[in-house]
Amino acid sequence: MSNVIGCIDGSAATEAVCDAAAWAAAKLEAPLLLLHVLEKTEQPAKGDLSGSIGLGTREHLLEELVELEEKKSRLALEHGKEMLQAAKERASVLHKGETTTLQQHGNLPETALELQSQSRLLVMGRQGEAHENTPGSIGSHIETVARTMHRPILVVMPGFSVPQRFMIAYDGSDTAEKAVDMVAQSPLLKGMNCHVVMISNSSKPEPQVQLEKVATKLEQAGLTVTSALLEGDVINTLLEYQDTLNIDLMVMGAYGHSRIRQFLVGSNTTRMISSSRIPILLLR
Amino acid sequence: MRGFFYRSHPLNICENRLRKVLSDLFFQGTGLPGIILSARLLFDTLTKRFITFTKRNITHMQNTLKQEWLGNIRGDILSGLVVALALIPEAIAFSIIAGVDPKIGLYASFSMAFITAIAGGRPGMISAATGAMALLIVGLVKEHGLEYLLAATILTGLLQIVAGYLKLGNLMRFVSRAVVTGFVNALAILIFMAQLPELTNVTWHVYAMTAAGLGIIYLFPLVPGIGKVIPSPLVTIVLLTFAGIALGLDIRTVGDMGQLPDTLPVFLLPEVPLTMETLQIIFPYSAALAVVGLLESMMTATIVDDLTDTGSDKNRECKGQGLANMATGFLGGMAGCAMIGQSVINVKSGGRTRLSTMTAGILLLVMVVFLSDWIRQIPMAALVAVMIMVSVGTFSWDSIVKLKTYPVSTNIVMVATVIVVVSTHNLAIGVLVGILLAAMFFANKVGHYMAVTSTLTGEGARTYTVSGQVFFASADKFYASFDFREALDSVVIDLSRAHFWDISAVSSLDKVVIKFRREGTKVELIGMNEASSTIVDRFGVHDKPEEVEKLLAGH
Repeated sequence: MSNVIGCIDGSAATEAVCDAAAWAAAKLEAPLLLLHVLEKTEQPAKGDLSGSIGLGTREHLLEELVELEEKKSRLALEHGKEMLQAAKERASVLHKGETTTLQQHGNLPETALELQSQSRLLVMGRQGEAHENTPGSIGSHIETVARTMHRPILVVMPGFSVPQRFMIAYDGSDTAEKAVDMVAQSPLLKGMNCHVVMISNSSKPEPQVQLEKVATKLEQAGLTVTSALLEGDVINTLLEYQDTLNIDLMVMGAYGHSRIRQFLVGSNTTRMISSSRIPILLLR
Repeated sequence: MRGFFYRSHPLNICENRLRKVLSDLFFQGTGLPGIILSARLLFDTLTKRFITFTKRNITHMQNTLKQEWLGNIRGDILSGLVVALALIPEAIAFSIIAGVDPKIGLYASFSMAFITAIAGGRPGMISAATGAMALLIVGLVKEHGLEYLLAATILTGLLQIVAGYLKLGNLMRFVSRAVVTGFVNALAILIFMAQLPELTNVTWHVYAMTAAGLGIIYLFPLVPGIGKVIPSPLVTIVLLTFAGIALGLDIRTVGDMGQLPDTLPVFLLPEVPLTMETLQIIFPYSAALAVVGLLESMMTATIVDDLTDTGSDKNRECKGQGLANMATGFLGGMAGCAMIGQSVINVKSGGRTRLSTMTAGILLLVMVVFLSDWIRQIPMAALVAVMIMVSVGTFSWDSIVKLKTYPVSTNIVMVATVIVVVSTHNLAIGVLVGILLAAMFFANKVGHYMAVTSTLTGEGARTYTVSGQVFFASADKFYASFDFREALDSVVIDLSRAHFWDISAVSSLDKVVIKFRREGTKVELIGMNEASSTIVDRFGVHDKPEEVEKLLAGH
């Protein structure tokens, strides 16, 4: 079965993730899986600096460390269970179909990859629990998951409302082309107003031609399309467009470039995710 | 960092450029402009290569850096300090066991810790000069001298690197729990026994000091407040050293045992003739050192894995140990490996990542080089007290408590390992004996899972049904289960519920068939193909789940 997977972690975005996942599951008529991954947090180890070892120190030390982690893990486990239960109840408002919950130990990218074969769409919050106090940052897993998974990922921010209008950020690249194809086929965005936006800072005619081709393709798929060719800085222009036209979902091809390039020039995807106020659907 | 050291990259592009550089040098003569041009080209090539290489590894390195180096900075630096303080007396003590100057062990402890911190496979594990290795090299040092020890250390490293590439770390699964416990206990006993020379034919002052030292080590941590902040072995050493100086006692000090380091270690080639004869001398020692070093390192890695609930890369640890030993040999240190006691101290003190190991190595060297005048004055009694603590802490007391509850065979394996090690002073031999005993006990146990039943199926006809495991350990029992004295016309041997594991099983079946034929009985075998399908050595098919299930179900 291909599930819509909602990744719950107890951060501020949890409710939004829950709503968005339920909305997507209802729209796709797919079962919903709410996933909570118990990650081992790297706690600074408490040290006993006495430096002496004696009778059975090794056994004692093991016992001590196990006890310490047991308490912490049990707490996390119960907390997670409650969270999943609450999320399930919340999701039942928007999604009437099958909803299951899953709790796993490990880390999110690995778990998501394991679930890839039975997943259709992954819904994640922009920031995890660890980053909540640093505005403008994005969760540490989003990029890893986006790069390893071959499934669309919906990144949501706290406060989700059912989207009416979405825009595609189109740049003529292969990734963008594929993204457009996926949008045309997907039942998720059926019946919504679609804006295709392209940023071009050259005066050549090619971008206009490309844009028109894409718009036709989307219209043939049954969407109401508005297209726009804009000039300027990629991120700011797109954000302005979002604001002025009340767009409430952004679709973009994600991480089309290698990590090396990203290290040197940075990534538009990352910048977009960190500054956007509306949910972003990442297509790879 | 892993990629940094081991991954190989295609060199084609740079090779061409390098070739050009070399040909420039050759054809343009060695004139200054030629050299400058060539040097610039060479520099360009190397920088470019470094940049591409770094880029390729950058994310990987970022992650590793965070996880394996900077995840626990405060805890790691503090624990590194505690470990460095504890390593100094140990390194000196082990040098004395090996019969070399303390500086040999101290240099070794620095370079082992430093290099395994980078190249090892188990973050947070402490490697240095160890007792297990020191005991093996006594003979070599006595007969051939220090230079041969250094050469043997380098060869040890080479062998360990080869072992790493051959993935011999995986062989650790044949070392049973009982053997590991035996190894650890034997090691503790050997460390304790090595202290005895310091405690015989000495004045009562030495006993008093040792007793006082042990008292401080174990009672000081109970002092509220400072007890858990200042390492008690350090307190012992400082107090006893001052007591020794203040009272003007005529007792042996570290300075009497040989040279201490006064400079940083330098890279030197061992002064040995590069001949077959040298190789013949050092190879047996190197082989034993490589085996013992890897064994103790693998066991320690497992202990640290258990304590911290994290995994380690055993084969990388083999290579890391090898690299560290090679470097140690060139820096004038004796062979070393991971240390159980120190690694436990490190984890106990809050050390978790590679940073703790590296801090320990660097601080050790700094302290030793700058404080050598003070270290010289440390009375041997203080060292003995610390070493007794290490020995007590290394010993697995749990294993003594559990002697009563464990099966006799397990206890025999453990005790035999201890006895063999203590009598030969060679941990490798002890482990070998332990592994062989454990394997024999296991074979014996499995051999019991074989039964032959028989029914009379008519006038002078009998069917024997064999079920269970037939192999070398149960082949004789298999043969003895047939009644050859019964006069029969025909016999059916049903093997479809049996597993023949080796040629011993097949040949004992042959013997049974021949024996029956000689008595004039006709023999028919049923299910021979299924029974003997387990003989093949390649388990490509057999380790698939459905095949294993079939096997367990008796086909």
